[in-house]
Amino acid sequence: MRNIVLTITCILISAIGFAQDKNKKVAFEVDGKCEMCKMRIEKAALNVTGVKYATWDIPSHQLSLVVDERKTDPMKIKTALVAAGHDTKELKATEEAYDKIHPCCKYREDNSDDSDKH
Amino acid sequence: MKQIILLLFCLPMMVGAQKKIQGMVMEANTENKHIGLGGANVYWLNSQTGTITKNDGTFSIPYLEEYNKLIISFVGFRTDTLIIDEPKMVHHWLQPSNQLDEVVVRKERDAVQKTFFATQNVITVNSAELLKAACCNLSESFETNPAIDVNFNDALTGTKQIQMLGLTSPYLLITQENIPMVRGASQTYGLTFTPGTWVESIQITKGGGSVVNGYESISGQINTELQKPMTDNPVFVNGYGNLNGRLELNTHLNTKLSDKWSTGLFIHGNRRDIEVDNNDDGFLDTPLANQINIMNRWQYQNPEKGWVTFFNLRFLNDEKQVGETNFNPDTDRFTTNAWGSEIDTQRFDGSVKLGYVFPELPFQSFGFQASYSSHQQDSYYGFNVYDIDHESIYSNFLFNSIIGNTKNKFKTGLTFAYDGYDELVNNQDFERVDRSVGAFFEYSYTSLEKVSLTAGLRLDSHNRLGTFFTPRFHIRYTPWEKASIRGSFGIGRRAANIFAENQRLFASARTIQLNGNGGDIYGFDAEKAMNFGISFLQGFTWLERPGNFSVDFYRTDFDNQIVVDWENPGEVSFSNLEGKSFANSLQVELNHEILPNLEVRTAYKFYDVKTDFQTGLLQKPLQARHRYFANVGYNTTETENGGQWRFDYTLHALGEQRLPNTSANPVGFQLGDFAEGYSLMNAQITKVFSKKFEVYVGGENLTNFRQNNPVLGAEDPFGTNFDTTIIYAPIFGRMLYAGFRFKS
Repeated sequence: MRNIVLTITCILISAIGFAQDKNKKVAFEVDGKCEMCKMRIEKAALNVTGVKYATWDIPSHQLSLVVDERKTDPMKIKTALVAAGHDTKELKATEEAYDKIHPCCKYREDNSDDSDKH
Repeated sequence: MKQIILLLFCLPMMVGAQKKIQGMVMEANTENKHIGLGGANVYWLNSQTGTITKNDGTFSIPYLEEYNKLIISFVGFRTDTLIIDEPKMVHHWLQPSNQLDEVVVRKERDAVQKTFFATQNVITVNSAELLKAACCNLSESFETNPAIDVNFNDALTGTKQIQMLGLTSPYLLITQENIPMVRGASQTYGLTFTPGTWVESIQITKGGGSVVNGYESISGQINTELQKPMTDNPVFVNGYGNLNGRLELNTHLNTKLSDKWSTGLFIHGNRRDIEVDNNDDGFLDTPLANQINIMNRWQYQNPEKGWVTFFNLRFLNDEKQVGETNFNPDTDRFTTNAWGSEIDTQRFDGSVKLGYVFPELPFQSFGFQASYSSHQQDSYYGFNVYDIDHESIYSNFLFNSIIGNTKNKFKTGLTFAYDGYDELVNNQDFERVDRSVGAFFEYSYTSLEKVSLTAGLRLDSHNRLGTFFTPRFHIRYTPWEKASIRGSFGIGRRAANIFAENQRLFASARTIQLNGNGGDIYGFDAEKAMNFGISFLQGFTWLERPGNFSVDFYRTDFDNQIVVDWENPGEVSFSNLEGKSFANSLQVELNHEILPNLEVRTAYKFYDVKTDFQTGLLQKPLQARHRYFANVGYNTTETENGGQWRFDYTLHALGEQRLPNTSANPVGFQLGDFAEGYSLMNAQITKVFSKKFEVYVGGENLTNFRQNNPVLGAEDPFGTNFDTTIIYAPIFGRMLYAGFRFKS
């Protein structure tokens, strides 16, 4: 049922004339510091329906995505990222989520690029 | 709150200036105050477009769609690269470069890498490993690696054949940059046609490979990546000489023509004109040889547009003369004055590779590869004439994309192959043409951590093998940290080139029997086998240094095989498999950096390879059931200008080997049932003077172990007991060599 509603909404939206891109490039900053963070961030992003491709660059903290705009939007992805314990500019992870990440990934204490050490 | 205000300020600007990047470069400070940095450089990577910030730190730069990396630099600050995909406001804080005492932690890449995450059991051998044994060509590149066994092929040519999982190289798919290479007419000598210095890296895949590269691989795949003109040294010279009289020179010349085009010229020559007969049997221990090998590569790379292209042209001329030391081809050819043999090969290769990555969709790409080769071998072994011409065309089109997201990927494509053979065996002409078209689809899933799997299926239609499916399946599971369990299953089939693969049998008095059943390939059916395997890899840290332990087991079961039976010393017979034929292989390996800079690798291998011959189910002849391997490598710490000493030592110990039955021979020409076990040691020392120059000296078979009578009936090579095929150990003894490498 939900899918049907979603589909109809999609059709309506596109009919209204908003260009909804199937392969929209999106990039924003996500906090983290190491390879382990990279895997966790990319996995969290890819688990969001509509995210086709995700790659997080350790030194620049940029998460580059290709998303299907009809199925998702950046806020949905950011919600998933903070749930996994990683801060974004607009949304911050809860203390609970942040506590769950591996001790070596504690970026709030030290946000340096740690990729050489793992 | 601050961000929202900032955002409000930015909004009108973004609307007004769509095709511009405006922003401010500031000095980083603990209070996050806006301290503008005037005079900082702001420019697009790889472009002429740049600007300098004004006194208050603000700047404006045109937005160029073809660039997405904006570089901000200022003396005394760390240079930053921003990824920018759309016109927007940029506020950037530069970190003073003296803020952190920069500690560069460089991680040396291991010379042999076992992957924990790939679905397939792949071992990558890079060029650092290849330098451990100054190998002359690809067939000698595996001496320091336990995954591949190097065997001596025959008493005449001394060509080293390789084995994996207990099966000889025809059951391996050997590719060069993923284009099938050593096959058909080049099966026996093909590995000696790739000079060692041309090799950038080798990937060894155990077990059934990917469906992408065809249906032929049965026990595994060896892929060789050659040096790329864009990344290889502009000038490279390697000279090598050994005490058996072999001289070798390799020259690479690479030029960058523009930022997109590069070309390289690779020239190899080797020569041996000293006659060596250490065992005084009247036969050369190693052939007189002469090889010229020239390759020209072109590389095109355009990362913005997503195109990558390679063109390759190669020409090879290889001449070998073997036999009795007093054999002179001009006067003694096809006479009984002296026994001799000449093998002359001319080969031309051309190939093209084309790759395109959709710039907007980094997960989607297509690739096309095509190659042409013409291989002509003219040879005779005593009175046996063997000529083969092989013309081959291969092309493969491949499309990669995803289903949903990058956790679910697929590859699909089409293959077209043509092989034209013209083969003359004594007076008999074997002419044939192979044509095939195939389509494949391969799905791979990765959960990024725990599980990944690859499942592939291809359908081929071949004029002699018929129409058939080839399934391949691989799975990997990570039960805990630094561990990996893999399983694989695959079916492979091939049309055996029985003469090309068994050429050494011509150098004997054996008569050749073809006991075909009217099949399409020399009267035989296609070979077909199933391979499955499991492997376990565990990485560990002991004494604060890394190590790994692995164990794997593979089994290959033949549905049909062309059985080469030489259990009767008077003949060699070929027939379709009747009964069983299988190969079990178990390998246990332990590697560790036991002391700083001292790396130790050890392996034990057990092979149980049996085939139903005419005389019953027998162990494969000339193959040791037990093998031990050890390699110790030590490097001194690199000095500032790159100077270093490197030491390397390898031990191969082989258990007893079953010999083909010789009981029908007269007493003096019988060999017993088994050859005793023995061990071989190789060592090499390299002195690196600087990044530009190094010299090496080394030795193979340091204990000087030799097989006593490699040529049966050497006194009477035209008699009925002449046989050069029963070789289980080196023929020439200790071999010392030296060489240098120059790079600039």
